[in-house]
Amino acid sequence: MLNKTRTQEFWTGVRDEAPILLGVIPFGLVFGALAISAHLSTLASQAMSSIIFAGASQIIAAQLVATGTSGLVILMVVFVVNLRHALYSASIAPHLKDLKTGWKLLLAYLLTDEAYAVAITHYNREGDAHYQHWYTFGAGLTLWSSWQLSTAVGIFIGAQIPSNWPLDFVLPLTFIALVVPAIKDRAGLGAAVVAGVVGLLATNFPYKTGLLAAALLGIVTGLVLEGRKK
Amino acid sequence: MNIWLVMLIAGLLTFATRLSFILLLDRIRVPEWFRRGLRFVPMAVLSAIILPELTSPHGSLFLSWRNPQLLAGLVAILVAWRTKNVLLTIAVGIAALLIFQWILGLP
Repeated sequence: MLNKTRTQEFWTGVRDEAPILLGVIPFGLVFGALAISAHLSTLASQAMSSIIFAGASQIIAAQLVATGTSGLVILMVVFVVNLRHALYSASIAPHLKDLKTGWKLLLAYLLTDEAYAVAITHYNREGDAHYQHWYTFGAGLTLWSSWQLSTAVGIFIGAQIPSNWPLDFVLPLTFIALVVPAIKDRAGLGAAVVAGVVGLLATNFPYKTGLLAAALLGIVTGLVLEGRKK
Repeated sequence: MNIWLVMLIAGLLTFATRLSFILLLDRIRVPEWFRRGLRFVPMAVLSAIILPELTSPHGSLFLSWRNPQLLAGLVAILVAWRTKNVLLTIAVGIAALLIFQWILGLP
């Protein structure tokens, strides 16, 4: 395949990340409004979005601040909620192994659920092309910018979103569009089904531990099914 | 603990988690099954995010044909499988959600 230029890769990443923003922006508004109602300062609320940059954990942290939870507990919760990112890190690492350390640090900082989902799909579809890190950077930066902006709007205007806002549903829909075509064999299907079913049964587990357990069980299922085939 | 200190450490922890294997995978020796398992990460994690959003749209499990998110999600899975088209999957999924909500008489 013809190698794209840096600029082409970057803008393809921006374009592919764009639809998911419909689901991310309402989430950013909610966080901004929630942080203010938890009596965080304007500056601290905005800074949390760039320092932590992980939506679900920020929302939980703001709620814990509001209830006067100790700093140490908040740290443990944020760490546990974000543990799934270690899986993303391992999964994307082989594609980044030849990059300079600066790039690795930058792309690690931008490695959210939404950027990971888009980037890993691209790596798996296109194979490793020369400037593909620019694609990942484009996708990650797009998400980062809209997260910072939507946080700011949430802080200053509040989250005036109707309660039946259907665009929340864009997030799972985008993940469906990325995952379903990536399932190409029985092992992959088994991994997805087991992870999904365990995930839905474990929704009440605290701090996304259900999600983590479901993902790990799904991966083990994939490995077992693949091993049996040989 | 000062809120700024908490945020700074929380940010560093999150960053370290995201950086972990990106930095370490080619420097440490990992078992062969670990590398083989990596290809299942996207479908496992994303399915574990997707399915609860469909079956528990308001927090508690709602496995019913009266759950519009579940029905629209199934339609979207079908569209994604047949067309592999991201924008079409999102558009049809949202349309299906609105239609099912209307049919079921939900606000």
